[in-house]
Amino acid sequence: MNRLCLLIVLFLVSCVPPATSPQPLTVMTHDSFAVTDAVIHDFEGRNNAKATFIKMGDAGAALNKAILTRDAPLADVFFGVDNTFLARALGADIFEPYDAPALRNIPAAYQLDGTHRALPVDYGDVCINYDKAFFASKALTAPRSLEDLLKPDYRGLLVTENPASSSPGLAFLLATVKHFGDPGYLVFWKALRQNGLVVVDGWETAYYTNFSGSLGKGSQPMVVSYGTSPAAEVMFSQQPLAAAPTASIIGPDTCFRQVEFVGLLKGTGHRALARKFVDFMLGAEFQQDMPAQMFVYPMVPGIGLPPEFVKYSQLPPQPATLAPDQIAANRDAWIKAWTGVVLH
Amino acid sequence: MTTLATIPGGHTSRLGHSAFRRAALWTAPLIFLGVFFFLPLVRILAFSLRLDVFTGPNLQLAFETLAFTFYQAAISTALTLLVGLPAAVLFAHYSFPGRAFLRAWTAVPFMLPTVVVAAGFNALLGAHGWLNVVLMRSFGLDSAPIQWVGTLGAILVAHVFYNTTIVIRIVGAALSNLNPGLVQAARSLGADSRRAWWNVILPLVRAPLTAACLLVFLFDFTSFGVVLLLGGPSISTLEVQIYIQAMQLLNLPLAALLSLIQLLCTVGFSVLYARFATRSTQTSPRSAALNLRRPGSGPQRLFVAGTVCVLATLFVLPVLAVPLRSVSRLDLDRGQRTELRSGFTMDYYTELFVNRRNSIFYVPPIRAAANSMGYACATVLLSLSLGFPAASALARPGRLEKFLDPVLLIPLGASAVTLGLGFVLAFGRWLMHPWMVPLAHSLVALPFVVRTLQPALASLPTRLRQAAASLGASPFRTWQAVDWPIVGRATLAAAVFAFTISLGEFGATSLLSRPEYPTIPIAIYRFLSQPGGLNYGQAMAMATFLMALTAGGIMLIERLRWPGSSEF
Repeated sequence: MNRLCLLIVLFLVSCVPPATSPQPLTVMTHDSFAVTDAVIHDFEGRNNAKATFIKMGDAGAALNKAILTRDAPLADVFFGVDNTFLARALGADIFEPYDAPALRNIPAAYQLDGTHRALPVDYGDVCINYDKAFFASKALTAPRSLEDLLKPDYRGLLVTENPASSSPGLAFLLATVKHFGDPGYLVFWKALRQNGLVVVDGWETAYYTNFSGSLGKGSQPMVVSYGTSPAAEVMFSQQPLAAAPTASIIGPDTCFRQVEFVGLLKGTGHRALARKFVDFMLGAEFQQDMPAQMFVYPMVPGIGLPPEFVKYSQLPPQPATLAPDQIAANRDAWIKAWTGVVLH
Repeated sequence: MTTLATIPGGHTSRLGHSAFRRAALWTAPLIFLGVFFFLPLVRILAFSLRLDVFTGPNLQLAFETLAFTFYQAAISTALTLLVGLPAAVLFAHYSFPGRAFLRAWTAVPFMLPTVVVAAGFNALLGAHGWLNVVLMRSFGLDSAPIQWVGTLGAILVAHVFYNTTIVIRIVGAALSNLNPGLVQAARSLGADSRRAWWNVILPLVRAPLTAACLLVFLFDFTSFGVVLLLGGPSISTLEVQIYIQAMQLLNLPLAALLSLIQLLCTVGFSVLYARFATRSTQTSPRSAALNLRRPGSGPQRLFVAGTVCVLATLFVLPVLAVPLRSVSRLDLDRGQRTELRSGFTMDYYTELFVNRRNSIFYVPPIRAAANSMGYACATVLLSLSLGFPAASALARPGRLEKFLDPVLLIPLGASAVTLGLGFVLAFGRWLMHPWMVPLAHSLVALPFVVRTLQPALASLPTRLRQAAASLGASPFRTWQAVDWPIVGRATLAAAVFAFTISLGEFGATSLLSRPEYPTIPIAIYRFLSQPGGLNYGQAMAMATFLMALTAGGIMLIERLRWPGSSEF
């Protein structure tokens, strides 16, 4: 009898639910997503959550997979749509709207989606980086504008990426479209090709095989890369450097402004927690962590930047931008025309 | 030419050809292929293909790309055979100092991520690479004479670099299993060495040679990373076009059309192979070591020395550049230095263990290596347990096997990009399950395992078994003394294939692995996606680690000798 009572009590006790286990949250991003351990743990601790990140390739590939799984989303939140893919993402209707309170603080110029389905999180620039030591050794000044690139002094010195397969390559193409107009940009590219332009397929090849300013020690001293790459070179340098070995060309329209967005995926099972995560991404802690991890600039104003950013990375005063709808409508045509002029 | 294998009565299997046995053998492999290959593929093609994609310009693009893909694959295969065949003969018949090491080393490229291969060739042939530096200094040139990236030549060389090991292993295994008595018989009948080769040996290795050819061609046909990184944008194969259309231009219908064309071509090759390649191979349960001898005459020495030289230049030099870069101070002439430091450094290796940015995704190299090894071991287990039944069934082929034989080869030729999207569509949230990675690796490894095991299983000499049984050996002892020496070698070769494929696999792994469980190739790629000297150095350090791991693993597996199998 006693043993039976004991068993019953034990059974009842084991039926008492344990302390509430953490809620799961899945975040789908591209491969370049990075964040500090402690920052995510903070979020998890405050919200009794467990965040899982799934990385799905580069920006285009990740978006493609999100669109593919629209009916059965793989995650609750998707981060990494950029302004070149924004119209595509909104057209595929994968996000649900969320008017986050933090949006009030963000400059109106970056709120490219009026329906609040894609919320801006960070921005950065695609700029031409140049190898300072090379130009110093040849007693050349670096080009200061897109037109300068056509000068015979700079023949064969630039490597760029194929816009069909590379996001920085596409961004540079869009910058030339903004600056020279359509079809003026094709005249520019033809002249650039005649001036010895080198084209490769991806950023890794351009930067580590072709660029002379990286440790790959290639042949071209100018490469289409990111505005924050010089800062990264200093931060990831083996020995302490007093000056960045590379710098960006920041003349008018020589850089293209990229903005990255986050959105709640339609059909998410954890809406409240997902909204909290979006708030967290637009909050001071995450925004402050972003520059040193992802090498982008925070969207929320008033966030302090790492000293290397301030010293070695320059923001262009007049970056090139294009409306997302215009990009979506013409991207294929522009890439095709570019391929015809530059590759064939 | 009659061989032992075609003597009437020699093929009767004691186990019989019952339909039940056949069905039992094919169940596991077919379920595996059905669920993890055909299901995702059919789903993505059904989802993406639309009738309106069959337009003039699209079809023109498709066929132009197809023609070029064919062209570069054919030349690459021919060059690979040119290098691989002498190398296979070298390793099968001659012993020389460093043989085991060189043989293991030729397998290292197979699993090197393309970014590392590019870095290695760049260190050798790039603008500031050794070759250009030497040429510029000796001839007083101003600019680098060798422009290597972005040419068809770069792709061809890289393909040979990657795929020669397939020829060496498949053809070499057959060569070292050959009964030397046949050649001796031919010689005693008056044939010189050339005729012995042409009339005796080559016909016997024709089947494995065709198999190796086809595999190499398939790999070159669906080559992606090499073409993307080394070919430059004006060179575009089917797989690269599929990638661009699917992932960048988000034009799924056209990508699906190209995938379909690629698939049809693969099916075509597989069927062709199944029709024309013979299966019988003459083997004997002798130790491979008995076939090895030191080079005797002058021509033999020349052959050995020449082939070793070519292999060393092609395989060792570019690969050596990577470890060298991982321990040298590359930035001596950058920025401003505060003090003079020597050229040698272990900083990149120590940096691997430091989570400098406190990133949540940081994984110490030991863990990345453990992940890689774990996936590789799982792949070996999975592909061997699926490959053995399939190879056994194919060893005694009936009508069913003639139909199913090409089916096994198709996953190799299907577009990896499309299959990846199919996985996303078909498996949804199951995508991140830990067993998905070995399953995907096994899809690629299975054809190799089957092709390596099947000739051995087909050639099990029933007469010798019957002789052993009549002398009083139990079934186990018969298996151990007759079957296992042949099958054992083939099993080891198959295991090595599966192991190296899994270690170096990048595409499927990057799709299916959780960011917290990266493999070494993924870790290398992560380092190379950010600028900075430390990132580049760490990538080189991890790549060196991967090479050492692979070469070590291969040499270890090859040293394993089942007791009783080496001496006769």
